[in-house]
Amino acid sequence: MRFLFKTSYNQDIRLFKDRITMGWYLALGVVLLVLPLLLGEYYLSQASFVLIYAIVGLGLMLLSGFTGQISLGHAAFLAVGAYTEAVLSARGVPFVVSLPMAMAVSAAAGFVVGLPALRLKGIYLAIATLAFGFIVEVTLQQWESVTGGSMGLLLEPVTLLGVTLDSESGFYYLALGLTGLTLLILKNLLRSPTGRAFVAIRDSEISARSMGIGLARYKTLAFVISAAITGLAGALYAHKLQFISPEQFGVFVSIELLMIIVIGGMGSLHGAFLGALFMTMLPEFIAILREYLPSSLAYQPGLQPTIFGAILILFVLLEPAGLYGRWVKIRTWFQLFPLYRKGLMKREKSYVKSDRLS
Amino acid sequence: MLNEFLQLILSGIAIGCVYGLVALGFVLIYKATEVVNFAQGELMMFGAFIALTMGGLQFMPFWLSVVLAVLAMALIGGAVERAVIRPVLGQPIFSIVMITIGLGFFARGLASLIPGWGTLTHRLPTPYADQTVAFGELVLSAGHLMIILVTIVLCVLLFAFFRYTRMGVAMQAISQNQLAAHYMGIPVARVNTLIWCISAAVAAIAGILLAPITFVHANMGLIGLKAFPAAVIGGFGSIPGAIVGGLIIGIVEALSGRYLPDGIKDVSAYVVLLAVLIIRPNGLFGEKLTKKV
Repeated sequence: MRFLFKTSYNQDIRLFKDRITMGWYLALGVVLLVLPLLLGEYYLSQASFVLIYAIVGLGLMLLSGFTGQISLGHAAFLAVGAYTEAVLSARGVPFVVSLPMAMAVSAAAGFVVGLPALRLKGIYLAIATLAFGFIVEVTLQQWESVTGGSMGLLLEPVTLLGVTLDSESGFYYLALGLTGLTLLILKNLLRSPTGRAFVAIRDSEISARSMGIGLARYKTLAFVISAAITGLAGALYAHKLQFISPEQFGVFVSIELLMIIVIGGMGSLHGAFLGALFMTMLPEFIAILREYLPSSLAYQPGLQPTIFGAILILFVLLEPAGLYGRWVKIRTWFQLFPLYRKGLMKREKSYVKSDRLS
Repeated sequence: MLNEFLQLILSGIAIGCVYGLVALGFVLIYKATEVVNFAQGELMMFGAFIALTMGGLQFMPFWLSVVLAVLAMALIGGAVERAVIRPVLGQPIFSIVMITIGLGFFARGLASLIPGWGTLTHRLPTPYADQTVAFGELVLSAGHLMIILVTIVLCVLLFAFFRYTRMGVAMQAISQNQLAAHYMGIPVARVNTLIWCISAAVAAIAGILLAPITFVHANMGLIGLKAFPAAVIGGFGSIPGAIVGGLIIGIVEALSGRYLPDGIKDVSAYVVLLAVLIIRPNGLFGEKLTKKV
């Protein structure tokens, strides 16, 4: 096991822990860059979806994993981003303008949702975001003059500075670049005072307030940033599918988005990526599984939600730290070999922390 | 004109009672364990399906199949609590929310996989189907009347249970302070299981009452999402609040479906919810939640 001796405070907030870690990430970056050469059309397209989901995961992770606010309506922000992009690009607005616009409109929606969040806590907030999600979904269905109602909207491939990215690899690089940018911004945000304030609010609102953190301001800010990032993913999603309709942004999509971060691992940026990878691969696995099931069971539409639900329950029960937490445990096991103890990462049992005044 | 209005109010009240009953299930569990059960609607759906399956057996009279379905759901509710909820108690609220959401997904998928349940819409045969009762000019179907009557009876029973039985008082104690209740010798974990039993049984009753109106299908549990606003409007921790919240949602929905443009009906519950939350963040009958530093 390597020990890292820190000699200055700045070492605590460096982007990479040390040179070796940096090397690994550089290697990962190179692999991601040459991926289009290695994968076929179909898998490259799936890789683009992983990146899009990873962006959503990052946005949601900031809100839920780092600020501790539950959102059951995140698909609504995805929808706002996607529809803004669709409407603007249909009016001939170039991508470099329409993408920030989509983010801005989504951020505005986040601000609106964030407002009641100032007064709501825990479960009330979750239900308010759920309500917001429903209202957006129905608005998309009913506001036919703009959104096309249930017929949906069609989009053209992205045209970036005069170059039309209609190939799979072109879109992949666009998504990769935006994912990298989002990650860098979030990473920087989280090591800034703002990010520290978010984490403080997550861990204890009371102590955060005692330290002089304005809850109202930072909670709203978390909603706005999270919504903007999700709006960005929404715009990409719209261009990737080239067709959007209200059903793609229902309440169950919000829950699948939450699954990304729960399965990936709450409170880690790695988790957003691992969760996105897992959630993109899961339907593929289910498709393979179908071949081994009796046909009476295999083609039931209920199969997928059953498996999704079971996996979600099992993760929360057995590995609350998600895939990333599991990876950390495996890594520690190898680093400490043969000294790893079973209870090393065990969470302490705690009494129910009551929200009630007593 | 006035008659039509009153008629709408009446059917709104009937549907509102179902929302209220599902919301009651939320509130019971929340009050005792501070867990919000996002799968409450699915418990209701399971109850209706079990009653349907039992009713399908020729030798079973309707009333017996209802009683058996309610008992079966009580057992399922308790089993669910033991299997998946108790292990995560004490973990952050987020984990528990996710686990009940997962339960909802699982239950909905499972119902559509079970042979004979499937994705089709079923009709639960009831002895009182197709009958109507007239109050002067107003006509109420027997199904609606049954909902209102059963809700009233159930409320009285629950009130008596919480007021006059040892177990009911123990549950109230737990809802006020789990640790203190534990010190007083109340077996908190076992009482929590019992709460889940009661809540699932109430859900099953709601499902059976609703079945003649909306039919039985795997997605009928989505009504649970409508019952949320009801519970929140009532203030999540208040049992009369849940019923009142359900009535408000039911009436608002019935009226907005008639007098407002298309599509408003589906969101009216949520609009009312947001309005109430903005004016009174803890619902109409809610307890105060925020702590001041």
